[in-house]
Order: sequence, then structure tokens, then C-alpha cells
Amino acid sequence: MNKPLRRISLFCGLLVLALLIRTNWLQYVQAEELSTRKENRRVQIAQYATERGNIIVKGDPITGSKVTDGSDYKFKRTYTNGELWAPVTGYASQAFGSTQLESLEDGILTGNDDRLFFDRTIGMFTGEKKQGGNVVTTLNPEAQKAAFEALGTKKGAVAAIDPRTGAILALVSTPSYDPSRFAGNSKDDEKAWVELKDSEDKNLVNRALRETYPPGSTFKVVTAAAALEHGVVQDINAPTDTPDPYFLPGTKTEMINHAKGCEKASLNEALRISCNSVFANMGDKVTRDKMVETSEKFGFNNDKIDVPVRAFASIYDKKMGKDGNAQSSIGQFNTAATPLQMAMVTAAIANDGKLMKPYMVDMLQAPNLDVIEKHEPQEMSRPLSAANAEKVQQMMVNVVANGTGSKAKMNGVTVGGKTGTAQHGEGNKKRPYAWFISYAETPDKASPVAVAVVIEDSEADREDISGGGLAAPVAKAVMEAVLKSQG
Amino acid sequence: MSVVTNTTTIGAIELPSRRNTELLLLGFAVLIPMFAYANVGLAINGSLPPGMVLYGLGLGALAGIAHLVVRRYAKYADPLLLPLATLLNGLGLVLIWRLDQSERLQNLAKRAFGGFSPSAPRQMMYTAVAIALFAAVLLVLKDHRVLQRFTYISMAGALVLLILPVIPGLGADVFGAKIWISVGGFSIQPGEFAKIVIAIFFAGYLMVKRDALALASRRFMGLYLPRGRDLGPILMIWAMSLLVLVFENDLGTSLLFFGMFVIMLYVATERTSWIVIGLLMSVGGAVVVGTFASHVQARVNAWLDPFACYTTSGACEQVGQSIMSFGSGGVLGAGWGQGNSDLIGFAANSDFIFSTVGEELGLAGVMAFLLLYGLIIERGVRTALAARDPFGKLFAIGLSGAFALQIFVVAGGVMGLIPLTGMTMPFLASGGSSVLANWILIAILIRISDTARRPAPAPAPSPDSEMTQVVRPS
Repeated sequence: MNKPLRRISLFCGLLVLALLIRTNWLQYVQAEELSTRKENRRVQIAQYATERGNIIVKGDPITGSKVTDGSDYKFKRTYTNGELWAPVTGYASQAFGSTQLESLEDGILTGNDDRLFFDRTIGMFTGEKKQGGNVVTTLNPEAQKAAFEALGTKKGAVAAIDPRTGAILALVSTPSYDPSRFAGNSKDDEKAWVELKDSEDKNLVNRALRETYPPGSTFKVVTAAAALEHGVVQDINAPTDTPDPYFLPGTKTEMINHAKGCEKASLNEALRISCNSVFANMGDKVTRDKMVETSEKFGFNNDKIDVPVRAFASIYDKKMGKDGNAQSSIGQFNTAATPLQMAMVTAAIANDGKLMKPYMVDMLQAPNLDVIEKHEPQEMSRPLSAANAEKVQQMMVNVVANGTGSKAKMNGVTVGGKTGTAQHGEGNKKRPYAWFISYAETPDKASPVAVAVVIEDSEADREDISGGGLAAPVAKAVMEAVLKSQG
Repeated sequence: MSVVTNTTTIGAIELPSRRNTELLLLGFAVLIPMFAYANVGLAINGSLPPGMVLYGLGLGALAGIAHLVVRRYAKYADPLLLPLATLLNGLGLVLIWRLDQSERLQNLAKRAFGGFSPSAPRQMMYTAVAIALFAAVLLVLKDHRVLQRFTYISMAGALVLLILPVIPGLGADVFGAKIWISVGGFSIQPGEFAKIVIAIFFAGYLMVKRDALALASRRFMGLYLPRGRDLGPILMIWAMSLLVLVFENDLGTSLLFFGMFVIMLYVATERTSWIVIGLLMSVGGAVVVGTFASHVQARVNAWLDPFACYTTSGACEQVGQSIMSFGSGGVLGAGWGQGNSDLIGFAANSDFIFSTVGEELGLAGVMAFLLLYGLIIERGVRTALAARDPFGKLFAIGLSGAFALQIFVVAGGVMGLIPLTGMTMPFLASGGSSVLANWILIAILIRISDTARRPAPAPAPSPDSEMTQVVRPS
């Protein structure tokens, strides 16, 4: 009986060998894949196992962590003034994942980033608990609050930039949400999440970065810049050759003006009263390709604008016909822009033609407050020359001083702006969007702020009036707050 | 069959008893779990567990008693079996204690049963009872050959044990498998004991019938086909294991019995054709049952791709969780007490306890555990080889083969190598029946090995071999 016994022992050996091979396969070959699977809750458990670092605005944290019981996750994210800061922070929820800064800087906030390796190693020896680093933002709390309050219950967004550096000073989207409401994983959190996710107002959407709108008449400053840059117009006060009525090139469709006195109006005058015909005509003369060139220098058609949260690409159509180009030159047809994009346009003009790369993370700090990474302002492009930028500035100042943007006027400060009321929907039936872009400059020629405001669902529908009437006061509040806090 | 032959001229050579080796190894087998216990306590609570000394003393005392019994009543037994079982049992206690500390499992138990009671103290108690049984087996069973007398009684006993869980009122349906009976608050898994009882029957039966089964056959295509009437027993066992599968939803037990029978049949008859026939029958049975039994289908699906049905099927979720446990452990593991294997849920301390080893001790730990089990199997097979009587050989190989199959089926199941069967890892898993049955199994192997290694009785002095007188010149 010993021969079969030896064979059976070989068989038993093979059984054990098969198990040994299997465990090597699982725990060595496939270990990485299995330990990072989306079904593997250990990833989130580790994410919330230690206190997260904070997101900081002007020295004060706008986030926090608190210990929770009865859950797999030890720490829960808390937010101070969540609704105000949600467009900046995004959310970090135990149950529903994370977005924006909370997600992009997760490595720093959890302390898992490779750059924190030495902190972690030292902590291992000194017995300190693992800590997360901080994310210091460029935001200005006064400007943020002013924008949020000025928007109030209206649906809309504000983006404000320091033109000299590209630092984002305010980023507001309303109606907003409080990320604290669903930071945990209880039933209440789930209820709040479902409610927000399915809300008609799209609370979770960051309108300042992730929603594009037809920019309407505010886009006329881009057309003006293109006309100047490409030599279509030299003197902004010289009459143009625009007839009234003006027909879109190659069609019998009249470009309707809401303003009076647009026939042969100069560029300056046309911007002041917001003539559609003049700018459609200018866009046509600049030609589509050169309009595309200039608008792309301002940041259009770029799907990689990371602040570091990625903004949606703003569009200036590269393939449309002549009539489309004429309509697009007044910010209608296929043109679409995010509030951030229009703030960039304004900032470039205010900064004498130099567009700085927008950013909202000033620096990343290690748990011991050492600076790991500091943002250096970078030039993104030069959409127009300094001389032409000054001409556009003059025209924008004229809009506020004597034109449709009078509600943004401020004493002792030079304010340049442009209103816009964008038609949209089929047959332009939907309520238009009210736009206002502006910059403010103190007499010492420093230009600390450029703002773009958009308000959806405005009641008024007359061209430019709603932009000037609704959006301009919001922009003014933001500019005032910035000047006051820096002044 | 190998029998140690003694020439009449040479007296029996006394093999070393190796009892001191066993004692030394037992020392390690108690010390290692104590370190493990301290490790878990430090990892979970930041302090040494309060019961540590008591636990060490308890395990040490149990091991000591077992050792003394072996020293006294099975002097020549294999020196490795007892330390290996003690080490695995001790580490199992630590693993169970570690899972008792899991808040997640405590909350789960509170929600499902309205209360949580730790399993480690119960397991400790069962271990004590099991070692008492171990001692009792060695005391009562002076010679394993006595069991031959109970061949047919064993068959009846095994059948009763297998049928018990299906009897209404007695059987308890736990998570779909009817493998438990509950008597006066205690639940017993008769299948674990049936494993041993049925091995007695197989060994006794096959020892008597081996010649008929081996020799009366026709040759067909290179195989020796048994006569129709000799096929009877194997058909019966096959049908029985299928019935167990169908009526008790117990894939593991049915596979174990049939596998054990085929192994013993092969050893008894030395006919490879039995293996072929056995394999064909199990494949046939598996296909038929797999097509009709929905719970088997669910397990096969979970085995093929647990993540494809992860959110829709409980079986898939368990297997997926278990595989992720192993993967998250990686090479060195998360460290004892620092993993999240309790995500698997209810079965974390029974069917899936090996996943905790995988996650917290990593590849290194799993391989160490598999080698420990491998060693037990090896010592069992060695005992079978050394046994002098066919009954002992068959009995030992049956028990070791069943043990090997059980390890393979359980570990392979939780590692996703084969479909999950719902059996428990011997000595590690929480559960009284399993601990008791496996200690009895070890006791029997120790008894057989003792008989095998015991020197043959000294031959009667033969007048022909009187010492030749040496005449020295003086």
C-alpha cells in the first residue's frame, strides 16, 4: 500500500503548492490592483483615518475635522461657512467622494503626498500621529462675502482676479450648498446628498468654473481688442462704416440694435451704448480666423485652464461661416464663456495686455507649516499690446462713466466695465443672462481687481439694461470690498 | 506492506521517543501566540492585553497536560503533531480575540442579534474541552485497531450525524447552510465529527474488501473496470454526498467525504482506475448539482468574477472582500490588529478567518500558515506510511487526506482559487465542533503514530542463538 500512499502524499503536496502559488499571485502580483480597487473601502477608511489638513483663507482655516463614532471613518470633514466657500473647497465626503481642492490636493491634506515622505518617516520615529498638510488659497474673504451677499438668492456666479498676478480673489456660485451636510455617511447625509444632487438649481455645480454661458455684449471688448490688434481700427473715436440697418454678411437677416444712433458710430461710442451692428461688422472685418486667434490668446478654446481646479473650456467656434462669426463677435451664436474666462479677459485688459495665469492655491504647507510648494505668478499670454489695452480701458471707463455700466461707478476710483445680456434658448425664448465685467483701479495706477458677474434667470429682457441693472451692483460690491481690504 | 522485520539474532532497536523534542517545540508553540497576543493588544489599544498572563498560563497548562498524557500513554508518538496543533490553536485564539475587538463586527452583531458576545472566551473554553477529549482518546484508545470492530456501527453513526441537521426542530439554518444542530443552547456541526467516524467505516470496510475491489476487474482501454457489484459502495457514497449537498447546502462536507473515500479506495486497491472513476463521478455530480442548485451557481459566479456581481450578490461581495483583504495585505501585511478584514462581516471569524491572516500578516504569514498545515499533513501521511497494519494505514491516510482536502477547499475558497464551500479552517476558525473534532483527529493520528513507531515486542529467546562462549587464553 505504500506506492499509492506516496502518490497521495504527492497529491497533498500539490494541493498545498497550489495554495502557495495562489497566495503569491494575490498578495504579490495582484496586490496593488486589489488594494486600490474602487470596491475596496480601505482606501476611504485610510483617507479619513487621520485628521485632514485644512484649506486656509487669509490665515483662517475654512475647513476642519471632527471625530465621529459608529462609523468606519474616524474623522469627518467640517466646513465653516460651507455655502460661501463650497465653490473653492469642493467637498470631501466619507460616502460620496471628494471634488475640487479637497480631491486635487488630497495627498497633501491626508499627508500621503510623496513630498511629505520625510515628515511621515520622522513622525514614525518620534511617535507623532500622521498629520495632513495645509492648502493656502489666494482668496480674499471680504470679496468672497461681498459677492455671495450681493448675489443673494439669485442664481449666478462671480469670479474676481488680481490682474497683476492672476490670483483669484473671489469665486462664488449661487445657489450654493453646505458640504458639511453630507460629509459623513449617515442617513441624514445621504438624504442631503440626494436632495442636492437632484436639485433643479444644480447646487453642486460650480458655476464660476464649470458652467459656460453665452457672454453676450461683454464679449464686445474682445472684438474691440481684436479690431485694434489686427489694425481694423486705429482711432477708437473715428466713425466706422457700419450702416443701419446692418445685415449679417451673406444674409438678409438684420442685426437688431437695441440702442439708437449706431449708424457709423465710433468704436468708443458703440461700446458705450452697446451697438450690436458695429461689433458684428468689426468681427466680420477682422475675419473669423483672426477673431479665433485673439480670443484664444484670452484663453478661449483652452480646455486645460487649471486653477488648479480645471475650468471648462470657453468656446469661440473655429469653423463657423461669415454670418456666424459676425454674430459670435457680439457674444451670441456659438460663443460661450465661463465667468472665470470673462474675468481673465477683463484682467488682461486691466493689466495692460498681459494675461496672467489664474490660480487660487498660493502655497502648500507641510504639517509643520514648512512651505512645500509656492505658486509664482506666470504670464499666460499677451492678447493685446499695452497701447491697445489702454484704448480698450478708455472705452470701458467710458461705459461706466457715461454708458450702460453707470451702476458700477465709484468715487475716487477708475472703474472700467461692460454690461451684457445674453439671449439663449431656442428662439431666444428663455430668460436672458445678465453679465457684467469690470475692473477697478486706484489713482496710483495699481489695478487690484477684475471681476466678472453672471446672473441667470434675470427678470428683465432688454439688451444691456439687465446686465447694467442686476450684475453691475454685484461687481461693484466685490470691487469695493477688495479695494477696502487692500487699501 | 512494510513490516519491520526483526531477525532473531538482533534485539529490537529502540527508537528515540522524541518526547523532549516535543516539549521544546511546545514551548515555542505557547510562546509565539503569546507574543502575537501582546502584538495585537499593543496595536489595537496601545497596551498589553490584561488577560495576557492568564492566557499564556492557560494555553501553557493545556499544552502541558496534553504533553504529559502523550508522554505517559503514547510514548513513541510523532513529536510534531501536538506542537503544530497547539501553535495553530493558539494563533487562532489570538485571531479571534483580535476580531472580537472590531467595532465594526460588534455593531453588526448588535444590529442583527441585539447584542454582541465575544467569541474568544468561548473558543478558549472549547479548546480546554478539546484537549480533555484529546487526552481521553489517548487514555481510552490504547490501540487504534480496536476501532475495526466498529466498522458498521461507524457507518450508521456517520449517517445519523449527517442526517441530524435536516431533521426539523433539531437542525438550524444558519445563513442558508443546514449544517448545524442546536441542542439546549449549544450548536454543534455534526459534519465535523462525521468526518472522523466515517473514516473508521471506510478504513474497516476497505481493509476487508480491498482484494475483491482490486483484483476482480476487467481490463478496458487500459483501465481496470470493477465489477458492477463492486461499484455499489462507491455509488452509494457518491449518492450520499450529493444528497448532503442538495439537502444541506453543504458543498464542503460533500466534497470532503467523496474525496476522502476515493483517496482511501485508491490506497486500498492500488488501482488508478478508481481515481479516474471517482473524478468522473464528481465532475458529473458537480455539473448536475451546479445546474440545478441556485446557491452553488451563485458561488461559482462569485468565483469566476466576484467584482462583476459585487453589488448584487452577497456571495460575490464576501469573496470580493476576502480577495481584497489578501491584496491589501501585500507581502508583509498590515500588521496584527491593523487591518480591515472585518469588512467581510459575519463570517470574518469563522469561514473567512484566513483572510485576516492574509491582510494582517501578509504573504509571509499566509505562507507560514500553509506550511504549518502542510507539516501536519506530512506527519499524517508519514504516519500512514509507517503504520504496520492496513487498517491503521487506511485510517491515517483517510484522516490526513481529509485534513488536506479541507485546508485546500477552505483556503482555496477564501482566496478565490476554487468556489467557496463554507467550511472552516481547522484550529483557526471560531467554533466548538471544529476545534473538538480536529483535536480528536490529532489524537488519533498520534495514537496510530505511536503504534507505528513503537518497537516491536522483544522476540522470545531462541535456543539456537545462544551466545557463543568465548574462550580466552589466560
